[in-house]
Amino acid sequence: MKLRLPYLLLLPAVLYLVFFIGYPLVQALYLAFTQNGHFTLDNVRRTIGDPYFWQALKYTIALAVVIIPIQLFLALILAVVMNRTFKGKDLALYALIIPLTISDVAGGLIWYTMLTDAGFLNKLLLNLGLITQPIHFFGYEYRNMEFLAIVIEELWRATAIVFVIILAGLQMISKEYLEAAEVFGADYWTRMRKIVIPLLKPSIQSALIIRTLFAMQVFGVVWILAGRDIPVLAGEGFYQLTFIKDYGVASIYALTIAALSILLGAMYVKFLKAEYLEVRT
Amino acid sequence: MVEVRLEKITKKFGDFTAVNELTLTIKDGEFLVLLGPSGCGKTTTLRMISGLETPTSGKIWFGDRDVTYLPPKDRNISMVFQSYAVWPHMTVYDNIAFPLKIKKYPKEEIDKRVKWAAELLQIEELLDRYPAQLSGGQRQRVAVARAIVVEPDVLLMDEPLSNLDAKLRVMMRAEIKKLQEKLKVTTIYVTHDQVEAMTMGDRIAVMNKGQLLQVGPPVEVYSKPNSIFVATFIGAPEMNLMDVTVKETDKGIALEGEGFEILLPEDLGEFLKNYVNKTVVFGIRPEHMTVEGISEVLHVKRKAKIKGTVDFVEALGTDTIIHAKVGGKIIKIKIPGHVPIGLGRPVDIIIDLDNIHVFDKSTEKAII
Amino acid sequence: MNDKTRFMLKKLLLYSFLFTVVVWIVLPIIVSILYAFSSKLDYYDPQKVIPTHYTTQWVKTLLFTLGAWDGIKNSVIVAILTIIISFSLGIPAGYAIAKFIFPGKDTIKLSIIALRMFPIPVMAIPLVVLYIKLNLIDTLLGVALAHTAMALPFVVLITSSIFAGVSKELEEAAMVFGVTRLGAFFRITLPLALPGLAAAAMFTFVMSWNEVFVASILTLKNRTLPAQILSIMAGSSGGAAPPYYKFAAAFIMTLPAMIFIFFARKYLVSMWGITLK
Ligand SMILES: Nc1ncnc2c1ncn2[C@@H]1O[C@H](COP(=O)(O)OP(=O)(O)OP(=O)(O)O)[C@@H](O)[C@H]1O
Ligand SMILES: [Mg+2]
Repeated sequence: MKLRLPYLLLLPAVLYLVFFIGYPLVQALYLAFTQNGHFTLDNVRRTIGDPYFWQALKYTIALAVVIIPIQLFLALILAVVMNRTFKGKDLALYALIIPLTISDVAGGLIWYTMLTDAGFLNKLLLNLGLITQPIHFFGYEYRNMEFLAIVIEELWRATAIVFVIILAGLQMISKEYLEAAEVFGADYWTRMRKIVIPLLKPSIQSALIIRTLFAMQVFGVVWILAGRDIPVLAGEGFYQLTFIKDYGVASIYALTIAALSILLGAMYVKFLKAEYLEVRT
Repeated sequence: MVEVRLEKITKKFGDFTAVNELTLTIKDGEFLVLLGPSGCGKTTTLRMISGLETPTSGKIWFGDRDVTYLPPKDRNISMVFQSYAVWPHMTVYDNIAFPLKIKKYPKEEIDKRVKWAAELLQIEELLDRYPAQLSGGQRQRVAVARAIVVEPDVLLMDEPLSNLDAKLRVMMRAEIKKLQEKLKVTTIYVTHDQVEAMTMGDRIAVMNKGQLLQVGPPVEVYSKPNSIFVATFIGAPEMNLMDVTVKETDKGIALEGEGFEILLPEDLGEFLKNYVNKTVVFGIRPEHMTVEGISEVLHVKRKAKIKGTVDFVEALGTDTIIHAKVGGKIIKIKIPGHVPIGLGRPVDIIIDLDNIHVFDKSTEKAII
Repeated sequence: MNDKTRFMLKKLLLYSFLFTVVVWIVLPIIVSILYAFSSKLDYYDPQKVIPTHYTTQWVKTLLFTLGAWDGIKNSVIVAILTIIISFSLGIPAGYAIAKFIFPGKDTIKLSIIALRMFPIPVMAIPLVVLYIKLNLIDTLLGVALAHTAMALPFVVLITSSIFAGVSKELEEAAMVFGVTRLGAFFRITLPLALPGLAAAAMFTFVMSWNEVFVASILTLKNRTLPAQILSIMAGSSGGAAPPYYKFAAAFIMTLPAMIFIFFARKYLVSMWGITLK
C-alpha cells in the first residue's frame, strides 16, 4: 500500500497527459494516411503539392531564425544589467516582465495600433518631419513589412520569457566565481566569456528550447498582422481545418510541427550539453 | 613581493562597521596570520586587500603604490576563497591553469606548473574531473593549487585548510609554509585555528569585532597578550580568569580572591600601585600551574601556592586537565602526561608567578 | 578621468539604457489604451499623435454588439474549469513527486518536463474528430479539457516545487500526534502551500485566458475572448473591422491579465527563481 501510493497519486495526471498526446497523435496519423480505411498518400501529395506548405515552412523557420538570436542577445544584456542592484530595480523588473502576460493576439493588436498607417509611429514621424508619407506595414504588397512587424511584435512580447529564464540562471551563479576570476586577473569580458556564459549554458539551453518550440507553433500574431500573406505552419493547419475542412491535410500540418519540435528539441539537448552538470552523480 | 600597508581602513555595510580603522603593515615576504572569531571581519579585510571590496575610508598601499581603488586584476594577487570558488564548469586542470592562461604563460609552462601544483597538493589523479565530483577537502586543495600556481606579489588565503582531515592539514601547513619561505611571497593567511596561527605565522594579528587588538610574533602574542580577549582567545584550554582585589600588605602588594591570596614579588607589585583596593582581573594559563606532589616544578623560579579541591579530571592522554575548585570557582590546571588523582582530594596548586597576567577590569587591557 | 566621473557616467548610461527598455515595453501598451478610447476624428487627424477627444464607443460596441462580453464570460469559465481540472489532477501528482521516493520517479519527472515542450495546441487539430463524436465540440468544457493538457505539466512541476518547500518534519510532527497522512496534508501542507498555489492558479488562468489556437479550433459559437477577437479582427487584408475596434480589442484582452499579474507579481518573480534582493 505504502509503495503504491505515489503511483496512485501520479496516475490520473499521467493518464490524462498520455491520452491528450497519444490519442491526437494516433488520430493524426490515421487522418493523414488513410482514406475510407485504406492507407493512402493522397493527403501528403496534396500538402506538398501546395506551394503554401513550403511557404509556411519557410516563413515559420525564417521567423524563428530572425527572432530567436536577437531575443537571446537582448535577454542576455538585460539579464546582466538587471542582475546588479540599483535604485528602481523592482519597478524596471516589473515593466520587463509585463509582456509575459500578454498573448500573441493582444500583442499583434497592440503593434497594429503602433504601426498602422494612421497609427502612433507614422503620426509621430510625420509630425517630427522625418517622413512625408506614412510607412505602410500592412497589406499583401508590403509583405516584407508585415514580416518586420511580426518580428518587432515578437521581440517586444516574447523576449521577456528568455530574459526571465536567463536572469534566474544568472542569479544562481555564485558571486564568488566571478570574484575568483577577478582576483586572478580576468577583465570584465574575460569573466563574461569564461565564467558567466559557460555557467549560463543550461539556462540558455532551456530558454532556447522553449522559445524555439513556441516559434514552431506561431499563429495568433501572424493571423492578426498578416493573415495568410505570411503563411505559417500552425496558421495553415488552422486554415485547412476551419475553412477547407480538410482534416487529412490539417493533420499533416500538426504532425509536421510535432516532428519539427521534437527534432529541434533533441538538437538543442545534444549540442548545448553542459558537461559539468551531466557528470554529477 | 611587496610590502602591504593598511592605513586606518574602515569598511561599513550600511550602519554596520565590519572593519574599524585597521592599521597594519605586512612586511615584504612576511607570513602574517589573521586570527579572530567568526564574523570579526577577517574575510572583509582580505577582500579589501584583494580589491574585491573598497574601504569606506582609509588607504591601502602595495609598496609605494596606492592601490585603494585599484581593481583586483591590476594588483597581481592570488587568493584562496573561504568557500573555495572553484569553477564548476571547468575541470580541475582548467581551474588551476586559469590564472596562468590569463597571464598568458606559454602552454608547456602552464602544463608544467599545473602538474607541479597538483602534485604538491596531492590531487594529480583528479585533474580531469569536474568539481562536482570532488569532496569538500579536494575542492579546497584545488583552490589552494590555483592560488599558488602563479607567483603573485601578495598571496591571500582565507581558511585554506579548514576542511581537511587532521593529518592532511598538518602536512599541508608544512607544505604551504615551506613554499612561502621559498617563494618569499608576502602572505596573509586567515584562520580560526590557533595552532595553525602559532605554527605558521611570522607574526599573528588578532582581530575582534572589526578591530585589530594585537600584532606580534606568536610567542609574544601568547605570552604577553595585551587584553583579556587576546589572552583567552589564544591558548587551550583558555586562560583562567578571576576577579581579585589588590591589597597593600606589610610584605608588599597582594591579590586577594575568593578563597586565596597571592603575594606578588616587588617588581610585579610595582605595576599595581595605582590599583590598591580596586578590583582587577587576574589571569593564569592552565599550563603555568601545577599541583604540588604530583609533577615536578623544576623550571619555576618564583611561585605562589593556593589551596583547592579536585572537582573533575579530564584525561587527554598526552595531558591531564585538572579542574580544581578554589573558593567558589573552578580553575583548570594542565599537567603533562597521565596523572591519576582522586576526585574531592584537597590539593596545593603552584602558580608560576613569572607567567601571571593582570588586566584592568573596565578597559580589559593588560596591566601585567 | 577620475573615478567619480567614471562612476557617474556609468550610472547615467545604465539608467538611460533601462529607461529606453522600459519605454520600449510600456509605450505600446499606453498608446494602445489611449487609441482604444480615441474619437474617430482624432484618430484620422494626422496632427494628433496623442488623441485629445475620447469615447467609450468602440469598447462598448466591441463588448456588447460584437460579442466580446460573451467571450470574456466564456474565457473566465474555461479558465476556471482549467484550473479546477488541472489542479485536481496536478496537485496529487506534484505531491507524490515532492514527498515520496520511489522507483521511476526521475523518469516520470523528466517525461513531464519533456511533455511541457510538446506542441499540444497543434494536437488539437486531430482532437476535433473525437470532440465531434463525444459532442464536446463547441463546448467550453472541451476547450478547458484541452487547456488542461497544456497546463498540467506546468502545474505538476510547480506544485511539486511548492510542496518540496514545505518541510517534511512539519507534516511528520502532525502525524506523530495522531493525524493521518491525508489529515496532515490538509491541515499542515496545504495551508502552508496556499500562497504558492494561488500564484500557480493565476498563472494557469493567464495561460488559458491567452490561448487562442485551441479555442479557435474547438469552438464556433461559444468562443473564448481571444478566439472571438481573432475571428473578428484577423488579417490585414481580410480584416474588415475598422482599426479602432482593433485598439479596443487590444485593450480588453490585455487589461485583465495585467491586473491579475500585478497581484501575483511577487510570485511571478519567485516562480522563476528570481529574487528581488
Ligand atoms: N556584504 C555584506 N553586507 C553586510 N554585512 C556583511 C557583508 N559581508 C560581511 N558582513 C558582515 O561583516 C562582518 C564580518 O564579516 P567577515 O566575513 O569579514 O567575517 P569573518 O571574520 O571572515 O568570519 P568567518 O570566520 O566566519 O569567516 C560579519 O558580521 C558579517 O555579517
Ligand atoms: Mg571569513
